[in-house]
Amino acid sequence: MWSFSKISKLIDSWLSVNFSSTWTMVIEMVIAGIAVITLFALLGLVLVLMERRVAAWIQIRLGPNRVGPGGMLQSLADTLKLLVKEGMTPDGADKFLFNLAPFIAMIVAMLLMAPIAFASDFQLWDLNIGVLYVTAISSLMVISILMAGWASNNKYSLMGAMRSGAQIVSYELSAGLSIMSIVVLSGSLNLNEIIQSQADGWWLFKGHIPVVIAFIIFIIAVTAETNRAPFDLAEAESELTAGFHTEYSGMKFALFFLAEYINVFIVCAIGATLFLGGWMPFHIGHWQAFNHVMDFIPSSIWFFGKTFFLIFLIMWFRWTFPRLRIDQLLDLEWKYLLPISMFNILLITLMAILGWHF
Amino acid sequence: MFILKYIKEVYSGLKSLVVGLRRTLYYFSHHKEIITQQYPDNRDTLVFPDRFKGEVVMVHDDKNEHACTGCTACELACPNATIKIITKFDITPEGKKKKAIDKFVYHLELCTMCNLCVVACPTDAIKMAQTFEHSVYNRAELTKILNKPDSKIRDGVE
Amino acid sequence: MVEEIGSTADGNIILNVGPQHPATHGVLHLVITINGETIQKVEPHLGYIHRSIEKMCESLTYRQFIYVTSRMDYLSSHINNHACALCVEKGLQIEVPLRAQVIRVLMDELTRIASHELWWGAMAMDLGAFTPFFHAFREREAINDIMEETCGARLTMNYMVPGGVMQDIHPNFQKRVKEFIALFKSKVSEYNELVTGNIIFQNRMKGVGNLSAADAISFGCTGPTARGSGVSCDIRKLYPYEIYDTINFEEILETEGDSFARYMVRVREMSQSISIIEQLIDNIPEGDFQAKTKAVLKLPKGEFYQRVETARGDFGVYIVSEGGTTPYRIKFRSPGFSNLSALDHMARGSKLGDLVAMMGTLDLVIPDIDR
Repeated sequence: MWSFSKISKLIDSWLSVNFSSTWTMVIEMVIAGIAVITLFALLGLVLVLMERRVAAWIQIRLGPNRVGPGGMLQSLADTLKLLVKEGMTPDGADKFLFNLAPFIAMIVAMLLMAPIAFASDFQLWDLNIGVLYVTAISSLMVISILMAGWASNNKYSLMGAMRSGAQIVSYELSAGLSIMSIVVLSGSLNLNEIIQSQADGWWLFKGHIPVVIAFIIFIIAVTAETNRAPFDLAEAESELTAGFHTEYSGMKFALFFLAEYINVFIVCAIGATLFLGGWMPFHIGHWQAFNHVMDFIPSSIWFFGKTFFLIFLIMWFRWTFPRLRIDQLLDLEWKYLLPISMFNILLITLMAILGWHF
Repeated sequence: MFILKYIKEVYSGLKSLVVGLRRTLYYFSHHKEIITQQYPDNRDTLVFPDRFKGEVVMVHDDKNEHACTGCTACELACPNATIKIITKFDITPEGKKKKAIDKFVYHLELCTMCNLCVVACPTDAIKMAQTFEHSVYNRAELTKILNKPDSKIRDGVE
Repeated sequence: MVEEIGSTADGNIILNVGPQHPATHGVLHLVITINGETIQKVEPHLGYIHRSIEKMCESLTYRQFIYVTSRMDYLSSHINNHACALCVEKGLQIEVPLRAQVIRVLMDELTRIASHELWWGAMAMDLGAFTPFFHAFREREAINDIMEETCGARLTMNYMVPGGVMQDIHPNFQKRVKEFIALFKSKVSEYNELVTGNIIFQNRMKGVGNLSAADAISFGCTGPTARGSGVSCDIRKLYPYEIYDTINFEEILETEGDSFARYMVRVREMSQSISIIEQLIDNIPEGDFQAKTKAVLKLPKGEFYQRVETARGDFGVYIVSEGGTTPYRIKFRSPGFSNLSALDHMARGSKLGDLVAMMGTLDLVIPDIDR
């Protein structure tokens, strides 16, 4: 059957026949880079459109419906507009850091793409410590936000950046702990092995209630980590106008905007990989007929389906809840999420040792 | 006891969030609730209530006759000097001089649609029209002359 | 290196919130002093939308000046017009027909609901929830349609005139209002689900922006802002005008004095207004919609004052007449101005995010504060 892995293997074998091994690697890297950038741009367009559509339907509106069939080209038109807009740098800003910050945000988001398995046997970098890599790199996001906030020389930006710093650093703990619970259960830091461990059922179903709790905590924590409402204190439109990107315009703003959506995609992809089995099809026990039908669906569709479901969940939160206050945000983390996830990981470790999971 | 209270707190908090999520999911999945009107597309089917105050117009009948006597009641009633009536003297068939309007000047750009001129008019010569697309490229176009060219006052209107 | 940004001697930051800011609902300018996230001082600056309405009214006749007042508190334009009409009637001692009085009260209460609807949506938006804003506009739209049908406009109606109302109610009016009541009752539970019951919302609102009853009185707060602190100040009850003394309704009071109490007062007031409308809608008496008045109104020499309860509080019209066709001096007492003065007292020591929530619960309409 047609699949990504076959195409990648085909290209690989063709290149290694025709070129030396060094050149093969270089060309493959270039192809991978182009593929990531394309995916990046595509995801940005799709996610922005999806967000606007979800928001519109929840708010009993129609949403974009003027540009292209059913408004499908709306985000393309927006991109075009942002491209031709002047990218202003304020007079009092630290010019170097100000211009660097959006690129850091983008680079971090791009780096996070590396270990994600988009389909069976289709991965940029099969890293043996993929989970660790993702948690480590995603912490770098806060640097770009702090940089943008500080370099803008704007009080709103500074406050937004400071809020964001406190928020991301603290929510990483509970996100890390809930990721850890799956690592404990599957016994591996390799994302591919974690997926393989879910061949007989996703961890969300295999792991009883503790994993469900870990999943809920994970979703809350990554919503906060990606600065999405109800934890969008770094932007906090009604309080800080636009928070850390108040002074940004044109393409520099677009890079922040894009990085936010890519980050949402990545954390949802990680969530889908860890809890929902990545590209693993949905199987029910030994019901062969059903399992066979599920296997027929391509693994990439499974992966993107799960990821987009989680993205929808996060968007759904955004358009339902009011924003938290900064002290309540930290309260939620330190008084509720962290103790619960600590207790939870204890339970899960016990479960993993005694083999209570399916 | 403390733990029980803690768990209860978390549970009730989560429940209130789920209730909100259920409500928004309902609207997300029920597109019949959408109330958006796609304005320039539905221009043909737009219905305005007959009292809608869009702009002041002068009522003319088929014979190009209106009911304005030029009494300037509307001009006096207007709070913003939107209306200016320029009168002239017509010669009636009997040879008498009779006051009539030459121009009924209406400044749409000054009008606040307060309806006071329509109420003040003793002969119901002017009324509010249900138009609302007033944008023009030249501001001078907003100054309108409400009586049509060569229109006359209807017989019997004093 | 980044240059030093505006700060006070003791290291606090001075932050300009507004005049162009998403949370100030207009052109209010707050100069706030903050220490980190904690607010030390709030200083409102006014004057960005001053149109000198009081001075303008001095050159307009008693029929004409009413329309200007729609432009002050544009969300309760009917009630503003009502106050002016009542004040002129007081001076001329006109007896308003009963039918006109009932229509006026109906319009007032519809306006109150419409105003609170918009406030509810904007309030949630201040706290970062966008969806309620659109849901609130759905119900407000229904009221606007009713207004459009009877008064001919959606926002600045100029429907109340000295002696009654400008036109009789539209034949569809009663039917449409009943439809609206049914719509409102079916949707009001959603307000609880989406906002009131939400744990995040409650935590944001409870215990912040405390205003004691004594402070509310000393700052001159009126309307739902003061009633949230347990101060009985409903003009409809204390100084009944029109037929409010014959209607059975209760004054909504909450005693906590925090943001949530003020929120609850307004939400409960919407239901209270619905009950007032329900009492009146089937009992509109037959008769004239306007008393016979002279073509030119001349108030006798003297001073006249009339206060009404708008959606924001005690709105007063003070006319000084020299006996001519235009007022010698007009002074409007706008509720928003006094309510805003309590903001500094309420906000000190709370977080920046709470300032926005407090401003939301004060229900500020800037053109009302700054005439």
